[in-house]
Amino acid sequence: MKQLDKTDAKNYWEGFNGGAWQDEINVRDFIQQNLTQYDGDETFLAGPTEATTILNNQVLNLKKQERENGGVLDADTNVVATITSHGPGYLNKDLEKIVGIQTDKPFKRAFMPFGGIRMAEDALESYGFKPDPEMHKIFTAYHKTHNQGVFDVYTPDMRAARHYKIVTGLPDAYARGRIVADFPRIAIYGIDALMASKANDFAHIGDGEMTDDVIRLREQVSDQYRALNDIKKMAASYGYDISKPATNAQEAVQWIYFGYLAAVKTQNGAAMSVGRIDTTIDAFIQRDMKRGLINESQAQELIDHLVMKLRMVRFIRTEEYNDLFSGDPIWATLSLGGVGYDGRHHITKTAFRFLKTLDNMGAAPEPNITLLWDDLLPKGFKRYATEVSIKSSTIQYENDSLMRTEWGTDYYGIACCVSAQPIQDGVQFFGARANLAKAILYAINGGVDEIAEKQVGPETEPIDSDVIDYNEFMKKFDVQLAWLADVYVNALNAIQYMHDKYYYESAQLALKNTRLDYTFATGISGFSHAVDSISAIKYGKVHPIRDEKGVAVDFKAEDNDYPRYGNNDDRADDIAKWLVKHFYEMMNTHHLYHNAKLSTSVLTITSNVVYGKNTGTTPNGRQKGDPFSPGANPAYGAEKNGALASLMSTAKIPYHYATDGISNTFGVTPNTLGHDDETRKDTLVNMIDGYMENNGMHLNINVFNKETLIDAQKHPEEYPTLTVRVSGYCVYFADLTKEQQDDVISRTFFEEM
Amino acid sequence: MKLYDSTESPLNVLDAVGAIDDGPIKGYVHSVESFGSVDGPGIRFVVFLQGCRMRCQYCHNPDTWNIGVGDEMTADQILDDAIRYKAFWGEQGGMTCSGGESLVQLDFLLDLFTKAKGRGISTCLDTSGQPFTRDEPWFSKFEQLMKVTDVSLVDIKHINSAEHKKLTGFGNENILDMIQYMSANNCDMWIRHVLVPQRTDDDHYLAELGEYIKTLNNVQKVEVLPYHTLGVKKYHELGITYPLEGIEPPTAARVKNAENLLHTSDYNDWKTWRPRP
Repeated sequence: MKQLDKTDAKNYWEGFNGGAWQDEINVRDFIQQNLTQYDGDETFLAGPTEATTILNNQVLNLKKQERENGGVLDADTNVVATITSHGPGYLNKDLEKIVGIQTDKPFKRAFMPFGGIRMAEDALESYGFKPDPEMHKIFTAYHKTHNQGVFDVYTPDMRAARHYKIVTGLPDAYARGRIVADFPRIAIYGIDALMASKANDFAHIGDGEMTDDVIRLREQVSDQYRALNDIKKMAASYGYDISKPATNAQEAVQWIYFGYLAAVKTQNGAAMSVGRIDTTIDAFIQRDMKRGLINESQAQELIDHLVMKLRMVRFIRTEEYNDLFSGDPIWATLSLGGVGYDGRHHITKTAFRFLKTLDNMGAAPEPNITLLWDDLLPKGFKRYATEVSIKSSTIQYENDSLMRTEWGTDYYGIACCVSAQPIQDGVQFFGARANLAKAILYAINGGVDEIAEKQVGPETEPIDSDVIDYNEFMKKFDVQLAWLADVYVNALNAIQYMHDKYYYESAQLALKNTRLDYTFATGISGFSHAVDSISAIKYGKVHPIRDEKGVAVDFKAEDNDYPRYGNNDDRADDIAKWLVKHFYEMMNTHHLYHNAKLSTSVLTITSNVVYGKNTGTTPNGRQKGDPFSPGANPAYGAEKNGALASLMSTAKIPYHYATDGISNTFGVTPNTLGHDDETRKDTLVNMIDGYMENNGMHLNINVFNKETLIDAQKHPEEYPTLTVRVSGYCVYFADLTKEQQDDVISRTFFEEM
Repeated sequence: MKLYDSTESPLNVLDAVGAIDDGPIKGYVHSVESFGSVDGPGIRFVVFLQGCRMRCQYCHNPDTWNIGVGDEMTADQILDDAIRYKAFWGEQGGMTCSGGESLVQLDFLLDLFTKAKGRGISTCLDTSGQPFTRDEPWFSKFEQLMKVTDVSLVDIKHINSAEHKKLTGFGNENILDMIQYMSANNCDMWIRHVLVPQRTDDDHYLAELGEYIKTLNNVQKVEVLPYHTLGVKKYHELGITYPLEGIEPPTAARVKNAENLLHTSDYNDWKTWRPRP
């Protein structure tokens, strides 16, 4: 590879420790060479500046107006969003240290038709905006969308699986998201060096033999090159020349944000991750502080203003989408902390500063703060993080040791809500979820959908005995699972192909290596109900109750004491482990687009409510239409031995197969954690440490009393910033649908005995 | 199942046979809870032993009163379950025996705690002290128990014996005697007092209790536990009349007042407390 042109860059890099990062694009090495660990506590942190408070009040006020306006304040109807489609926009130009918004006005939502024109139009119409007919003409008569591409190739089976909701949430009409771009590259190298590097890569793709792969990659790198140039133009419209490396901390934060802004101007993905920027920003702040250019208050202000911008990102989405992913999330997932392969933790003062934003500007769901937790993180940071959790319930914790081992790098970030991704050279193709609880019912009903009462899965003899025979059931379950794996994975093959073709993420992928490792993400929903249903059939003698058409609509277990997932009972937990591995292996027999590596997940975001709504009564006693438990959580009411027993069951699910994430959402009342603040912090620290030591992968922590939620449901105006963690992200409680609020309220809260 | 390994020494074989003759001691267990964080130092695996003779008016576990019922379990069965949670215990946590009244099953408790310490599990005894006596053989066993108990959570229901009797059905003389024993014999303890309006929330008696605690050694922590009504449902389910019908939990101001009178903020050794090796 061509060496970077250092002659000019040298001046910009003065004050940093050198290393391999100076010879090639290598942010990981920059971090390794310029890491300043911080082992103290939070007492050094600064409160909000006056400018921060004024701007934040402006944002809160816009949020209030937005809520009063039915969820959307303003939206474009006739400008197609691109990196350069809008001139500069501001909150308050004089006060903003970090600038840049998606459109020309704050909270005005962009028009993004490339995923699907109908989806974009429906979204506008559902909020009372009138889409421009000219746009409709362009994106039907002249330009194809991702959505049209996919539906041009779907098979009848795929359409049926989608229609009857055994597969749900497929990104066939919206952006797949889940790309963690290496945003710090812009700050460290400047756009010109990145463009030069891409040009160099381009020159070496293929030897002139134009195979499909070579054509595709050459076209993609050309798009990336163009996107980089557009980012430069967009920054210029705000008065910044980002062609060279950032010269100070303010520029570094601004450069990084411009990269992120380009991403959210062009993609309305199911996750728009910020990635891992804390250590890079910290290195710039350290350098400025050494030079006497900046004090703590100014450093905090930069972080506050960046986070404020992340809180302002908006997409307009259809009602169906909001039902699935409620609360207007964009998953600006921000990963903090972690430990390097050399054993040094990556807690810097800037990791603290990011947490401090929740104090300086109040709780908010975005960015989706994710701590890459390891036993080696310093105690002062662990305790501060748990304090923030107790106060605001806005943090999720993920097992750094597990992820950096499995993914083969310590420089990864969280894409989407939970999934890890190598930042320099990894990409994930997002793939929604297959409903395994429904697959159980298909096995019992011979492939007939229990809601529609139509043949959807493969036709087999329905189980017609008085008690469901375990062996017969397992054979028939395998038939349905194999079919589901086939239809699901192949629908995703079509989706990823078309997404690359019609809605390629050139801005984000421009900020990664050219040669990438692809992960083919899939997911499981209805997990705990599937596991408990199998256990019920195996241990509990289940009698199906059939309607006049012979479809099993209810179940009665003779022995209701059968083992349930969530009690650290191996009889049930072994079924859980088996199910993940077995479904993975079935999917893994298929062709995967782009030679991607298969991964799966047990996480459902808020979609557990919608999946449950479309699924009949399951053999574990869950009633028709009742929400599934979220992610990998045990079924509501199944846990009998307390919180740790429940966590231990989840921790047993093999991450090696579910590298896309295994999510546990943990609710607890403050008094259960301890009778005083110090004890509460210690309890949470020990709990997270213990969970991770047992290979638990992910933990959302919500600390509040059920009464608070019930009151907030009645008087939302009194709780405008009450945040709740749901599977993999965080929402304003007030922004959830009534059903989802009820679901959150009814979830297991571990309470005092 | 193989009774013994043929390679074992004759002595071990004899032991094994002896154990089979008597059978291992079994305890009556009401339930276990994997996540106790208000039941002693750190996160603790809580074993609720069945059986209690006191009938405290505010008891929130009336389902644990009956003696000689519940799941029969050996010490090792319980410890095999508990030790799976070791990773959560940090530097202070471990196992707590609560109830019911743990001391009702003294023989079993001694076996359980001895084996727990043998397996490196910190032991915490949550007790009201009601079964305490200096009569033999009970007292010697209790002394043995204290040697394998890292800390005791002692609930003083009322400092006045007559009031104590009204509240629980028993006087408090032997309970205070147990506390004296702990104070004199280097046994770490937390003193707890449940604050019940109209029953235990009396400035005069609270001050007296505060003065009493001051005379004790080894007190790591003093806690005022505000009475709560979570137990009412169980009474209704069990068809027992609830003695405190109509009494609401104490106000925050009254809790603060009790904390002042008991000088709770003077007792801070629990923060740096560690189990005995």
